[in-house]
Amino acid sequence: MCRLFAALLVGLFAPLVLANTEELKLQNANVDLSNRASLQHGAKLFINYCVSCHSASFMRYNRIAADLGIPEDKMKQNLMFTTDKIGETMTVVMRPEDAQSWFGIAPPDLSVVARSRGPDWLYSFLQGFYADEKRPTGVNNLYFPSTAMPHVLWELQGVKRPVYHTVTDDMGKEVQAIAHLEDGVPGRLSEAEFKMAVRDLVNFLVYLGEPAKLVRYKIGVAVLLFLSLLWVVMYLLKREYWKDVH
Amino acid sequence: MNALVRNLTALRDWVDERFPLIQWWDDHLGKYYAPKNFNIWYYFGVLSIVVFAIQIVTGIWLVMNYKPDATMAFASVEYIMRDVDWGWLIRYLHSSGASAFFIVIYLHMFRALLYGSYKKPRELLWILGMLLYLSLMAEAFMGYLLPWGQMSFWGAQVIISLFGAIPVIGDGLSTLIRGDYVVSDITLNRFFSLHVIALPLALVGLVFLHIIALHEVGSNNPDGVEIKKHKDANGKPLDGIPFHPYYTVKDSAGIVVFLMLFSVVVFFAPEMGGYFLEANNFIPADSMKTPEHIAPVWYFTPFYSILRANTVNFLWLDAKVWGVTFMGLGVMVLFLLPWLDRSPVKSIRYRGWLYKIALMIFVISFVILGILGVLPVNDARTAVAQVCTVLYFLFFLLMPIYTKLDKTRPVPDRVTM
Amino acid sequence: MTDQPVDAQRRRFLTGTATVLGGIGAGFTAVPFVASFQPSARAKAIGAPVDVDIGKLEPGQRLIQKWRGKPVWIVRRTPEMLENLKKFEAGVLRDPESDKSIQPGYAKNVWRSEKPEYLVLVGVCTHLGCSPNFVPEPGAPGMGGVWNGGFFCPCHGSKFDLAGRVYMGVPAPMNLEVPPYQFVSDTKLIIGADKEHAA
Repeated sequence: MCRLFAALLVGLFAPLVLANTEELKLQNANVDLSNRASLQHGAKLFINYCVSCHSASFMRYNRIAADLGIPEDKMKQNLMFTTDKIGETMTVVMRPEDAQSWFGIAPPDLSVVARSRGPDWLYSFLQGFYADEKRPTGVNNLYFPSTAMPHVLWELQGVKRPVYHTVTDDMGKEVQAIAHLEDGVPGRLSEAEFKMAVRDLVNFLVYLGEPAKLVRYKIGVAVLLFLSLLWVVMYLLKREYWKDVH
Repeated sequence: MNALVRNLTALRDWVDERFPLIQWWDDHLGKYYAPKNFNIWYYFGVLSIVVFAIQIVTGIWLVMNYKPDATMAFASVEYIMRDVDWGWLIRYLHSSGASAFFIVIYLHMFRALLYGSYKKPRELLWILGMLLYLSLMAEAFMGYLLPWGQMSFWGAQVIISLFGAIPVIGDGLSTLIRGDYVVSDITLNRFFSLHVIALPLALVGLVFLHIIALHEVGSNNPDGVEIKKHKDANGKPLDGIPFHPYYTVKDSAGIVVFLMLFSVVVFFAPEMGGYFLEANNFIPADSMKTPEHIAPVWYFTPFYSILRANTVNFLWLDAKVWGVTFMGLGVMVLFLLPWLDRSPVKSIRYRGWLYKIALMIFVISFVILGILGVLPVNDARTAVAQVCTVLYFLFFLLMPIYTKLDKTRPVPDRVTM
Repeated sequence: MTDQPVDAQRRRFLTGTATVLGGIGAGFTAVPFVASFQPSARAKAIGAPVDVDIGKLEPGQRLIQKWRGKPVWIVRRTPEMLENLKKFEAGVLRDPESDKSIQPGYAKNVWRSEKPEYLVLVGVCTHLGCSPNFVPEPGAPGMGGVWNGGFFCPCHGSKFDLAGRVYMGVPAPMNLEVPPYQFVSDTKLIIGADKEHAA
């Protein structure tokens, strides 16, 4: 009876992800905002591979320089291609009209993409490209089927090929589905190196989504310590006065 | 030091000759006698005032940098989060404060159900509280549109469309609320006005009336005993203690505990797993594309579930109308509580098992409805929501009967500690 | 109500401690709210140093550049104008040595500039913030007895010479402010940053 009730509860309240077990499981990005080297590497990848199409129009270059410990002159030389003003936001090189005609859709701003999509999705998506000649870009994505985005990191990762197997769908029909991806054209980086690079990029995107996250936890600890002290005094005060009450 | 004290005393006396300063202090703090047996449930009133203050102050500061314009609203929120010094903290205090407000208010209302705080002579106090609750819902709903993300937009779109279910005038009414054919810049602008001016004014006024009404009849307590019945030679209630200093110090300690819990959310989990700040609300509003799964913010979900639970056409009206009707009734029926409850005792401590079971079923169904409201619908969930909706309403409809039948225990003459 | 004796001293001590700690907490709470009034990152970006091309500026002419939303004047002074700056008798100017005025160290001299030829000033009157007019001709009509050319504020009649130094007997208390600036080349100037003040 108890088990039945538990099963019923799980069935009823299982979140969306569990409801669709067919869906691919996301890989855990394991980002670490305290790893500055990773954030700096991520920033470099982001600026080299992403900002030619995607803007991050809420983020300023000098904020990145200050937060990630990059000297401003180095920032200007190596990481700024669209402007020479360090206080500017990260706007895009490509014009929106061009983007519309090339991709059919304007690439979204990436300032808060880590907050809407989540780090795990980004980490999986960036590794999920595979060759598909039916697509205009020549690639498709496991986690975002028919994405308009080309495989920008292909020279790093290489191009993967899908391996199909036969599965039975909900209606009992046999269909072809992708079992996993196998190596096709090799890239500059090994599998492990590429994973690290994507992790750094996603780490940077998480920072980009909320720069305050770098200080938020530290301030929170200080606030809680202060409040604990205040509570002790308040509690003693209360106990002292309430000696009167019987 | 002595000169300072003397001067301050003189200033106080100077003011008091021209203004009922000491009178007010005595009436509401120094000589306001509150029952001495308040338990943990009695913190939530003062905590709702604390949260209200947080919302007002952070709100004033947010308005300094927020732009109520559909082309700029989303960006201005991110501007606050990044470019304004400490803007992120002010914004998180406000966004977490919204949820904290409802947590505190729901617990405050549940306290009334536990100890019969709505019963005679506190009916008006309860009604003023319900009006506060309604205003707070409107305040929260309008505020939720302002970040102008996808959830803001589609949440507003769905809720405003509810009014469309009202026969004859519905469609016109929805359009009137929006000021446009869809939720748009115009809607954003008027919601902003209502959120920052009209509703806060209403809330301040109602809080004032709520407290005046409370101090007129005096506080209830966990025993449901009227402390005014037993007074000493000086006319002070024997079971009462002056609010100041006893409850000011006690409440202060409670406020610090609340602030600690609140800080944990603000600094360590401002999104609260997507329940306080939703992932989809980090995508700017797009009137051409609905997010895959939309649900209202958690504090509206019990009533949203009631809305969705109505799936059958009935009499000459269709399911949509009934959904909206029952959702409205679900809130409104609370107003009738003082007259539905026929029990001779107030506190659950002296009620019989009938009320205890009824209250338990009510709370469980309310919570289940709340959980179902954030999940996408399927047949099983709809069935459960229907059962819970019926149970929710039966709690109220059968109340005159089971409270009358209930075997109550004798209420003591004086409060127990 | 009470049968135990009240420990008044302990109560006073605890009340005092609670008040002080609560006050400190309130103080800390006020910090973010006050700090948020500081110019935001966007305001700072808009107020960032600006480049000015002074290649086409003729002797005797003035160029106006916007910096932090305020007019900044660049005047290319003729040798005659520079000569006139030395001609003031004692008591005509309020602060001839610029002791009580605002300027970077390299502009605290009779020309109030790094290179004598080029004058750079914030064009906002030190009285109440109007922007004075450029009246370069010596002895211009309506400018009173001693007038070697300079700036005249139409709001309240303050007068300044061609180094931005304020005259006696007018409401403005200080010389016009010299902003930080730096010559990148002979024809290019950055306003808002120099070796002393980073951007």
